[in-house]
Amino acid sequence: MNVSTILIILLIGAFATYFSGDKLASKVALLFSLAALGCSIVLLNNFCAGENISVINSWITQPKISFALNADGLALAMLLLTAALTPIIIFSSFGNEYKNAKAFYALILFMAFAMTGTFLAADGLLYYIFWELALIPIYFIALIWGNGDADERRKAVVKFFIYTLAGSLFMLVAFIYLYQKAGSFLIEDLYKLNLSADEQLWIFLAFFLAYAIKIPIIPFHTWQANVYQKAPTVGTMLLSGIMLKMGLYSVIRWQLPIAPLAAREYMDIFIVLGIAGVIYGSIVALRQKDLKKLLAYSSLAHVGLIAAGTYTLTVDGLRGAVLQMIAHGFVVVGLFYAAEIIYRRFETREIASLGGIRTQSPKFTSMFLILVLASVALPTTFNFVGEFTVLYSLSQINIWFAVFGGTTIILGAYYMLKMFQNVMLGETNSKVFADVTLNEGVSMVAIIAVLIFFGFYPKPITDLITPSLETILNVINKN
Amino acid sequence: MNTLIAITGLGIFCLLFEILNFRKGIVPFTILGLLGVLALNYYEFGSTASYYNNMIVVSKFSTAFSSLFIILTIFLVALSHNFYENHQTKISDYIAIKVFLLAGAVAMVSFGNLAMFFLGIEILSIALYILAASDRLNIKSNEAGMKYFLMGSFASGIILFGICLIYGAMGTFDVTEIYESSLSAELPIWFPIGMVLMTIGMFFKIAAVPFHFWAPDVYEGSPALTTALMSTLAKVVAVATLYKLVAGLNLIPSLENQDLLGTFEHIIVIISIASMTVGNIMALRQVNVKRMLAFSGISHAGFMLMTFLTIATSAGVLLYYAAAYALAGIAAFSVILYVCKNQDNEDITNFHGLGKTNPLLAAILTGSLLSMAGIPIFSGFFAKLFLFSQTIQSGYIALVIVAVINSIISVGYYFKLILAMYSKEPNEERTGKPFLIYAVAVVSITLNIVLGLFPSLVLDLLN
Repeated sequence: MNVSTILIILLIGAFATYFSGDKLASKVALLFSLAALGCSIVLLNNFCAGENISVINSWITQPKISFALNADGLALAMLLLTAALTPIIIFSSFGNEYKNAKAFYALILFMAFAMTGTFLAADGLLYYIFWELALIPIYFIALIWGNGDADERRKAVVKFFIYTLAGSLFMLVAFIYLYQKAGSFLIEDLYKLNLSADEQLWIFLAFFLAYAIKIPIIPFHTWQANVYQKAPTVGTMLLSGIMLKMGLYSVIRWQLPIAPLAAREYMDIFIVLGIAGVIYGSIVALRQKDLKKLLAYSSLAHVGLIAAGTYTLTVDGLRGAVLQMIAHGFVVVGLFYAAEIIYRRFETREIASLGGIRTQSPKFTSMFLILVLASVALPTTFNFVGEFTVLYSLSQINIWFAVFGGTTIILGAYYMLKMFQNVMLGETNSKVFADVTLNEGVSMVAIIAVLIFFGFYPKPITDLITPSLETILNVINKN
Repeated sequence: MNTLIAITGLGIFCLLFEILNFRKGIVPFTILGLLGVLALNYYEFGSTASYYNNMIVVSKFSTAFSSLFIILTIFLVALSHNFYENHQTKISDYIAIKVFLLAGAVAMVSFGNLAMFFLGIEILSIALYILAASDRLNIKSNEAGMKYFLMGSFASGIILFGICLIYGAMGTFDVTEIYESSLSAELPIWFPIGMVLMTIGMFFKIAAVPFHFWAPDVYEGSPALTTALMSTLAKVVAVATLYKLVAGLNLIPSLENQDLLGTFEHIIVIISIASMTVGNIMALRQVNVKRMLAFSGISHAGFMLMTFLTIATSAGVLLYYAAAYALAGIAAFSVILYVCKNQDNEDITNFHGLGKTNPLLAAILTGSLLSMAGIPIFSGFFAKLFLFSQTIQSGYIALVIVAVINSIISVGYYFKLILAMYSKEPNEERTGKPFLIYAVAVVSITLNIVLGLFPSLVLDLLN
């Protein structure tokens, strides 16, 4: 068995979901996503047992493009993140009715397929294809099943699509250029290239444009808050939980090792951009009136810190970034799910009109509180491990980076707790708030369990990712 | 050669059908006939032969492109059944004209003599003039026919003038002989002038900027099926012919002799950039879908012209690009034909809510637009990839960056249509499921995706 099995399961799942009809679609989709999760756990076992689970087949002879999937520890960690979040996201949608549900769930699985492919691909062009393919389902999910005014939604979604496509097309040009130099798109051949400093700078920037828009890093973030707000919650979860990790992962996998000279030379600029995102995101989040928008900006802040961590080019920075990518993936999905649970009952996301939920639903309140605390990186949660490692690596570069990056914890605690206070506490609301249902509870508990378990015991993940991060760092430091 | 004879024979048969009063069977019969021709063409593939004192030269290039033309004609003939439902008495004429047009197209890519080249152009063009004006009670169609005729014959005149100058310089119409004598040092000045005139004439036919002014009006005015033909078959034929002309006359070495090569390449770069940019920017503002696709066709012509910069090796890439573009165009137009049947215009409003009323056709149109925009897994993406890769290899990285920016612009208007289909409310139900339209749409988009998954099938044909 090799990693292509998961891709096949997800792709077949997408078609099976579409043809199973509106009624069964959600269950079929859940089944296939669970199958993919099971399969990836088996693969993880095999990988740890030392089995080779990578694939390489030639696909197009001229230009030479191969169907190469490489599973090292880093890729497997991201694969597991995708495989674990997809069923949670699908399951979380069970309380909602969607028009044309078969297409909706088929698109979710298709997107999971494309994102998994992006994490695994070891051939530049194959990677690019998966990268672009992931864009199409989310476009339709946000456009058709989104909420809010149709015209504004259309504008937000088209802006998002054109932005991301524009960024990635420059990455394509960079890949073609690299191909002319290396004669192959395979990642190990691209790693071996000896490019001049000028070439590296241009390639670095072309990649940066693609990733900065996807992640998003300031000043390429303008699409984000609107799309997060307008997309259906499932789409927001996919975007913030997994898709933006594609950008961060690609920085580590492609951008830094291919253009290490440029990365070292201009490291400070990119760390500053990341930290600027932290501060900007936190300050803007303070002023948000819409719950989903607040979460969008808080996500911008956290992701800025992760990006800063990746650009430190130290093993701690990279490890912290990957840990935080996984932790943030779970926590942000949980938070958006909490917003969705509130919306299901009150049909509003405006913070001012909420309040007094605590007295009516103790279970929901405690779950939400744990998520909020995790997101502000309280010790013993997974996020603490990630953010702390990143901050530590930043302090080694320059103490001021760590000081300003650390504002994410202070400001984050301020706006998240203030939000919690306004939404959950206060006067008892006249409207009835039913406590979480079994379905809702299962997803929430799964997320919280992951966050707390790895908060206490992150070693399995660190052990998994560290060897591959060290390999990548060796490539970065080779010349 | 057999292909050409068979196509002409098929055209004559179509005319006989009128006399025999067998109009009902004409579409299936012609499709079967064309499939036979395709098989015949397949057997000719790989052989190199010349006929009638080098009038016709069959080569890999000509047979590969002829196969593409035949496949496109099969689709166009299949679409005719539904389109000419209300003109039953004329259907055999229209189909016969399409088959003759195919004969002209095949002649255009297999010429070995400039006289044959000109004959091919005229056969194709005259057929197109008739088809453009074929909705004869509609004033717009008349306008389109007239405009196209005036512009087209003007272009033909320029080409003919160019041919005459070349004849004056070389004393022969034969392509190989012209090539051989062009290698000698001393060339009269009117040889390059003749070449320039011929190239300008062909730019008219391709509708490359700044020779594109006829295209939007003619595309809009002509009956939708004719527009489909012009924007897919006719465009691809013209580009392939110009390619063969430039490659076959070995313009490049002969220009090198006279130090004009740099100028030629500059001109190609400028025209290619101008076509992409003007086409895309104008397309952004269109509300009529046919007009929008006309401008999009102009920009694609700009992309295809990029292959001329690496003319020695890029025949495969051009074939692939042409196939990807034309198949996407056929799929798009079959949906347009379905949606705009019995409507008096082709405005975007007609497409509102198609995603709800007819998900299959909406998905097909989306697919074909994504292919034209160059989104992966559709062959349009690989076409652009190979084109960019080829062009970067020969050092034109700035041109590729302009092309990339243009690809981004083009998403703007392709997505306007997609948005209209999925995010607006439907305005009316359309009834009926014409089998042939569905079949053509499904088959052409499937072929497009298959080419995307296995690009080597086409790409390696000409290498």
